[in-house]
Amino acid sequence: MNPTKGLPAWGAAVIVVLTLALAWWLIPHASKDVQVADQFPNDEFPSTYKPLPSHTTLIRGATILTATDKEIAHGDVLMSDGKIKEVGENIAAPSGATVIDGKGKFVTPGIIDIHSHLGVYPSPSNEATQDGNEATKPTTPEVRSENSVWPQDPGFTRALAGGVTAMEILPGSANLIGGRSVVLKNVPSITTQGMKFPGAPYDLKMACGENPKRVYGEKGGPQTWMGDVAGYRAAFAKAQAYRATWRKYWKTKAGDPPDRDLGLETLALVLDKKIPVQMHCYRGDQMATMIDVAKEFGFRIAAFHHASEAYKVADLLKQNDICAVMWADWWGFKMEAYDGIEENIAMVDHAGACAMIHSDDPIGIQRLNQEVAIAMAAGRRMGYPITRAHAVAWMTRNPAKALGILDKTGTLESGKMADVVVWDGDPFSVYTHAEKVFIDGALLYDRDNPKLSPRSDFELGQEDNSHTGGAGQ
Amino acid sequence: MTVICVVMGFGPAAAQPNQKPTMHYEILVSQSPPTLIKHGHVYSLGAAGTITDADVLIQNGKIVQVGANLTAPPGAKIIDAHGKPVTPGLMASATQLGITEVDLVAETNDSGPGLDYSRFDADGYTAGAKANERVASAAFDVSDAVNPNSSLIPVARIAGVTRSLTSPSLGDGLFRGQAAVINLGNEPNLTDKTKAGMVVDLSSGDAQTSRPMLWAQLRETLDDAREYWADRAGYHRPGGARDQRSNRIDLDALEPVIHGREPLIVNVDRASDIHALLQYCQANKLKLIVLGGQEAWKDAGELAAAHVPVIIDSEQNLPGSFSGLGGTLKNAARLDAAGVTVVFQPQGGTAHYARTITQIAGNAVANGMKWDHALAAITKNPAQVWGIDSSYGTLEQGKDADVVIWDGDPLEVTSAPIAVFIKGAQMPMTSRQTELRDRYRDLAKKNPPFGYR
Repeated sequence: MNPTKGLPAWGAAVIVVLTLALAWWLIPHASKDVQVADQFPNDEFPSTYKPLPSHTTLIRGATILTATDKEIAHGDVLMSDGKIKEVGENIAAPSGATVIDGKGKFVTPGIIDIHSHLGVYPSPSNEATQDGNEATKPTTPEVRSENSVWPQDPGFTRALAGGVTAMEILPGSANLIGGRSVVLKNVPSITTQGMKFPGAPYDLKMACGENPKRVYGEKGGPQTWMGDVAGYRAAFAKAQAYRATWRKYWKTKAGDPPDRDLGLETLALVLDKKIPVQMHCYRGDQMATMIDVAKEFGFRIAAFHHASEAYKVADLLKQNDICAVMWADWWGFKMEAYDGIEENIAMVDHAGACAMIHSDDPIGIQRLNQEVAIAMAAGRRMGYPITRAHAVAWMTRNPAKALGILDKTGTLESGKMADVVVWDGDPFSVYTHAEKVFIDGALLYDRDNPKLSPRSDFELGQEDNSHTGGAGQ
Repeated sequence: MTVICVVMGFGPAAAQPNQKPTMHYEILVSQSPPTLIKHGHVYSLGAAGTITDADVLIQNGKIVQVGANLTAPPGAKIIDAHGKPVTPGLMASATQLGITEVDLVAETNDSGPGLDYSRFDADGYTAGAKANERVASAAFDVSDAVNPNSSLIPVARIAGVTRSLTSPSLGDGLFRGQAAVINLGNEPNLTDKTKAGMVVDLSSGDAQTSRPMLWAQLRETLDDAREYWADRAGYHRPGGARDQRSNRIDLDALEPVIHGREPLIVNVDRASDIHALLQYCQANKLKLIVLGGQEAWKDAGELAAAHVPVIIDSEQNLPGSFSGLGGTLKNAARLDAAGVTVVFQPQGGTAHYARTITQIAGNAVANGMKWDHALAAITKNPAQVWGIDSSYGTLEQGKDADVVIWDGDPLEVTSAPIAVFIKGAQMPMTSRQTELRDRYRDLAKKNPPFGYR
């Protein structure tokens, strides 16, 4: 029997509130010395991104790769209000919906490139446009790639034509600590904030190995890998002290606030695990060292990038829940990339660690599907039974995971952003093109419609679509 | 295969630890039995075209016969291709295969005059990169540096690449030097042809120079060479060629160029520059090959009429510089349709990625080029352009037996060779990379430790 029977609703509410209040008073609390929550600001350039107008769209009868290890042979995808509404078979078209015949076509989530320098090393490449490396001192956590991105880089449009719907733009790797990265939606925009992926956390770009040595070896160091490691540790030790100073101030409010240091503020947020680290690191032994540095200071490495030797430490990566960001077949351009192999992605994946493709290149970003195909085929040749339903995650789900946006995009599941690519065939064939690209349900690229092929300001009056085709195609 | 294992591993070489375990091609060829590849889907690239069920007979390093139902000679090794594609070995053009091992390790990089390591940018590429003060010149000859033990060679050949036009790197300096044709076999000497082309970088990508400066230098140098060769004996006489700015070694190297026997391979992207070059080369009876050629499609008619081939990377569709604003994925298809001889170079022209020429060809097909023309652009066309078509480039009687059996469409990114023959010798399908893969295949296995696997 309901004990509140007969009581008016307000009476029941009063009893509940009083009970809760009593319980709160009785339960022993942490001492008043409780740590005041850190209050470092973390949203100074807020996203102004708004999804472009979209229609309710049903893709019907296509091969669907959901990026959840599932392939639906004759499947449908329904998108409305910018979201994926339903993925399955025989979905009824809502009235007024645009229906796309998916016969012979494939549907995947939008490709996410976790390592791009579009906008910071744009086309055309010349002295005026090289905004990717603040190579003035080895540690520059105060800079942010979002303040360098040129949204008119024609490379964004080419990447869109390759099915890329989101990418992380990182500072370059000249510095031990290169600055904050930013995650962008691949939409035409006058401002960078207008591309900024809503709710995506920042990352901190850091770099192992040869590049910082090359840049600073004769400019005061670091000159060695041990110098690199000492450099990371010194920077985080300073950030710990900085955070302690602010915590003391927030607790006591005594005197003037400490001086702000934008770099240390970023590093304090890294120590607080609000900003994960994306770490350029080729060699397995160097990854192991960085795992220890991260443990020492309590920050989180989301992924090792380039990671030519990830296959040598795949077990360690799995154990520490760190992703590896790899190429299919780049190797040998420098000493730390000498041991790169085509089976890298497949071997890391096979070990149960989180593996993914990346481009680091404005040409490569246009065909990450082909790069995944190369990696998948290399894995199959060494005996791993890798399905395309599985491999598709290397360019969609896994980068979304490493960027902390898997709850929003990266798979075809209802409720997620409708970031979707329709391919005119198997995406793991060299002959296949991205035919339609949707971002938040809005059709932003259509290979069959030159009017739906964005061109950057830079390209106006230079060449026109009638010569080079849509998006440089 | 037995022969290969013995020579490579635990045979005589192991017994004499001081002797390098090199493989001797001559031994391999003479000991290679005749080989009959049966039931191939043969893309001959020759007059016979494509034959759906054909055999290829290889003997003494040569293709003896291609056709249906061939009879195996006594002792022949028989390989059943089970209807899989069989093609000529592929050729990667304008790479640094054989002359670089690790690009940024200066002592392993013989592709240019010597690199000032400290001036590379963070990513190791050319922004701010500068060759040192030594002058790159026409006399620079890659054949002085070809390293048959380069680890890049097995990596490329197990992907089906059997030949390379190995050329100096591009960068500062107008005359970059002389290219060579090499094969990717197990030979102590890989060079098949020297002086295969004189590489000139007219791309003006460097802020240190400008088009008029480059053109003045080009004309001056070639004029110097003509005067020098008109009176070579008078070099030391007052008023002789010694007073010219050009080095004698460079002028010597330019002889076949000024007489139209050796092509100029000119790196250039902008359509108007290509047009100017065509005119200059025609007026001066120079043989021209365009390299890079992002906007070459705009000059397609003119290039076809002048029989000037174009070496391109079909993926270069970005306006990476103001000289390449017309870059498009349709470049290859448009050139080919206009009758220009197209030759592919690997992604970015990079030696380590020689294996990407199939992907480059596949992407050209995806963007409108005929499939068999794209295959020709990595076999028959480079053979003709580099002047080795009498011995390589097609599966025809009398040609060197560079033959690849594929597990699928050779231009598809998921395909790979099953077997590779170079000059009749079957290649081991191993490389430094396959050994690394096998060493780390099982991380859980503790014995033997990694260093002993």
